[in-house]
Parts: sequence; C-alpha cells; structure tokens
Amino acid sequence: MKAATLEFKEATKVYAGATEPAVDHLSLEVPAGEICVLVGPSGCGKTTAMRMVNRMIEITDGDILLDGRSVTERRPAELRREIGYAIQQVGLFPHMTVAANVATVPRLLGWDKRRIATRVDELLELVSLDPSQTRDRYPSQLSGGQRQRVGVARALAVDPPLMLMDEPFGAIDPINRERLQNEFLRLQAEIRKTVVFVTHDIDEAIKMGDRIAVMQKGGRLAQYAPPSELLSSPANAFVEDFVGADRGLKRLSLERVRDIDLWRAPLVRDGEQPPDGDYDLDYPLVVDEAGRPLRWLSGSRAEPRIELDDVLRDALSEMLEEETQYAPVVDERGVVAGVLSIEIIGHSLAQP
Amino acid sequence: MILAQVQIHNRAGDDSCVADNGFCPNWIWDNFDRYVDPFWGHVYLTVVAVAIGFAISFALALVAYRRRWLIGPIVNVTAILYTVPSVAAFFLLLPVTGRGTTTALIALVAYTLLILFRNTLAGLDNVPDEAKDAGRGMGLTNRQLLWRVELPLAVPEIVAGLRVAATSTVGLATLAFFAGAGGLGEQIFADINFKSNVVTAGGLCVLLAVALDVGFLLIQRAVTPWSRA
Repeated sequence: MKAATLEFKEATKVYAGATEPAVDHLSLEVPAGEICVLVGPSGCGKTTAMRMVNRMIEITDGDILLDGRSVTERRPAELRREIGYAIQQVGLFPHMTVAANVATVPRLLGWDKRRIATRVDELLELVSLDPSQTRDRYPSQLSGGQRQRVGVARALAVDPPLMLMDEPFGAIDPINRERLQNEFLRLQAEIRKTVVFVTHDIDEAIKMGDRIAVMQKGGRLAQYAPPSELLSSPANAFVEDFVGADRGLKRLSLERVRDIDLWRAPLVRDGEQPPDGDYDLDYPLVVDEAGRPLRWLSGSRAEPRIELDDVLRDALSEMLEEETQYAPVVDERGVVAGVLSIEIIGHSLAQP
Repeated sequence: MILAQVQIHNRAGDDSCVADNGFCPNWIWDNFDRYVDPFWGHVYLTVVAVAIGFAISFALALVAYRRRWLIGPIVNVTAILYTVPSVAAFFLLLPVTGRGTTTALIALVAYTLLILFRNTLAGLDNVPDEAKDAGRGMGLTNRQLLWRVELPLAVPEIVAGLRVAATSTVGLATLAFFAGAGGLGEQIFADINFKSNVVTAGGLCVLLAVALDVGFLLIQRAVTPWSRA
C-alpha cells in the first residue's frame, strides 16, 4: 500500500471538564512518505495530537484528513487496522509468541495462514531479527531492543500507508536507541511510509524528522518546519530555547561530509616531488599506490580519516580530538576524496 | 444418625479392632464399597457448585469490569454470603428449598462467589495497560480485546481462584448432609468415633481436594505456556 497524506485542520481537543484545550487548533500537513515529528515538553499535547489520528482520542473540533478523507467518517476499529501503531512500552501481548503478535492485524483482516506465515518471516527479517530464532519465542524471552523491533514489525504487518509512533525508542539505552533509529531510517528509505513520530527529545526529532512540529504548552503549534530551518531560524523564543543553545552544533549533524565542497590538496606518492598547481591547501598529502592517505609530507600523521558519509558534527568532533585543523576525507574504498578543514565547517554554518 | 452408627458396628461382626473403634485396614478393605456412592455424591456437589459459582462470578466480573460502579455492591453482597456460617445457611434454606441437593448447592455456590469474582476481576485488572492500548490501537474491538487479550492474560488469577474455591468447597460439602444432600460428610458423622470410618471418609475428602487442585494446576500450565517462558 502506498503512503498516505495526512492533514490536521484546526484539530482541537478539549477534555471534558477542562478549561484549556489539550490540542489547540492544530493545522499541519504531512506529505506522503515523510516523517513528521511532533516534539515538545511534556504536557504540550503531542501524544494527544497523534492519538487523535486513529481516534484513540476523539477530536472535539476541527478535522483530520487521511488521504483527503475525514477520520471521523470511519469506524474506529477499521480505521486503526489501516494505521500502523507503535508505542514506547511496545505493548506486545505477553501470552502470544512473536509470530502471533506480528500477525495480530493480518488475523483481524482474515488473511489465510500461509500468507500470514510468509509475511511474519518477511517482517522479522525487515527489522533485522532471525525468523527461525525469534518466531516462536514469547516477549518475555526477548531483550528490550528485540521487543521494540517486534513492535515495529507488528505495526508494519499489513503495510499500512500511515504509521503512528509514540516514543518508540524511548525506553531503550542510548547505544541501542541510536542503532534502532538508524535501522528505522534505513527501513524508511525503503518503505517510504508516512510517519507521525512523537518524541520529547529534540535531538531525536532532528535526526528522524523530514519535518518537525514543535508544540508548546496548551497544545499550540509553535513552528512546523524541516530540521535545518528549525535550527537556522526558530520562529519564536520558545522554539529557540527548546532547540537549545547548541543549535549551531546541532545543524552540523544534519549535513554530511559528502554534501559540502571539500578542499583539494596536492597528492604525492612516496619519494616523488609535489605537483605544481593551484590548491586550496599548501600541505601535500602522501598517498600509497591506490591513492590511500599515508601521512602529510611534513611528517605529521594524516589523522583522523573522515568518511564521506560522516555527519559534520562527528567529523568536527574527531578533528578536535586529534587537535588538527585539516583531515583527509576518504571514500568507501579508502581513497582520498579531498580534505576537510575546520574553516569549511565554519562556512557551511554561515550558509542558511 | 444413631441408626447408621449401629448399622456399621453390626455389619462389622466380631472383629475386636472394630469393637475398639480402632484403625482397621481389614475392615476398610472389606467395607470400601460403602464409601463409593458418598464419594461420587461429594464429587458431584463440589464440581457442580464450583461450576455454577464460576459461571455466575465470571459473568458478574465481566459486567463489573466495564461498569466499575458495580464492583462495590457485588463485593458487599458476596462478602455477606461468605460470612454466613455454613451450617446456618443450610438450615436457613431448608424452609425455602426443602431438604436435598438443591439446598446444599445453593449454599455451596454462594460461598464460591466472593473468591471467584474477586480473582477474575483482579486477573482482568492486572492486564498490562500497554497491551490493552496496543490492542485497541491496532483495531481490536472491545470484545476481541476481551477474548483474545484480556481473558487469556487473566487465566492464572482465575485458575488460582478456582483452586481455592474447589478445595474449600470440598471441605464445606462435608456439611451438606445437614441439608440432606449426602456426600462424605454423612459417612464421617455416621460414626465419628470409629477411626477406620473417619480416616477413610476424611481421607477421600483430602484426596478429592488434592486431585482437584492438581487438576486445575495442570490445566493452567497447559493453557498458559507463556507464563513459564
């Protein structure tokens, strides 16, 4: 099933007996195939906003359109079967095996046994679990990270056009969280779902989101923008404060070394004379036969080796650690692709 | 009762062990048939009482699970039933339902309600919120959630309640003869001074209680493989 567009139109939730709305006239559009992150401090209404989409919470005013059609016209149970749902505590059914858990929605939709079995194995592989190892286990026999993966597989079971994810990696230790985030991004590059992703962590929002909706107390939308715009031009003091004083540094994690113009330095093979010509950097770099960096001609170590896929933030961090201004950048084969300098990184920040 | 006592001794013949009211394996061996019918009577009283009690409590628990305000009244009523002394209950019912199995069953059922209701409800209440939320979020209707998620997860508590109810009903059913419903109690009280008699009838009660307890435990293990995983 292809991805759906999602549109909040002045969507509002006022709980019975409350004077302040939990979500206040929220309007935003999520294009098909993009990840929209709802982020904000606790009590800002981000989870409420997400749960209004599959009618786990009913809107009191306004509307939410899924592929142009109001969710309020749909029967809740039917609507929910078409929308993937993954939550922080995962909520796997403890009395069912991994396979039965993943098969929940296909069974509700009455798929035949063989189709379900094939789909379960396919999904487990998709989330990097070995089907023969995990299929027949119970949730209590899995690690936290494995449970999260099963939760994501279960949410993807019927290939829904929209996924709702409420802090899906929130309860995982930092190292595994990073792995799961990367895995999900890789998966998303493949499956291209429309995703509404809730988190309170601005770093996670910047990493995961194609667009970020920053919400503030009272359920109001403070800004809705792609991560780079959010960091370079926060809409108000609240957003500026929420993204943090290090928003300049955060922008560095949005850009990869591959995406910026690197410096060229003269390359020499061992024992040869440096070539003449116009270079950005005057220090020749000694390379081996295959073009891999050995050392600077001056004799200092050509460290760290930056890779093209590194984000600028990691590259800068490595350079600061080595206390160097310049570092060779290598491609997948280890061949020199250029030189990264602290100066270039500075320039990349200056551009909006 | 006096008659029955006389009868046992008369049939016992001239054995001195029996005359001394002692523990006489030979007598037990020779007279075992007289315990078979009361034993099955006892099984019947226990099983039927627990089954009816469970059906009622289960229905009440399902209703009260969705309508929480009913919990208080149901617990109060079943708790009052539970506190009425059992012999008194049999005698209270006699003028209404007369002597017989029905009277005994009504009282026995009444005693199972509190424990079965409370355990079933506790089992449902202990289902993890996140499992319920995920189930609902994936599109299970309330009924599907109840039968596919909530009740299976409540099985350990429900069975724990059944085990307590069954063993205590075995005990209470020994008093059912006050209502004229027979059972092993009638045998015990027929000749309470005769050790052979008391040991045999009492032993069968214990055996029945243990058998039911183990039976329920085995059923639970069979239907909840996940709880041992």
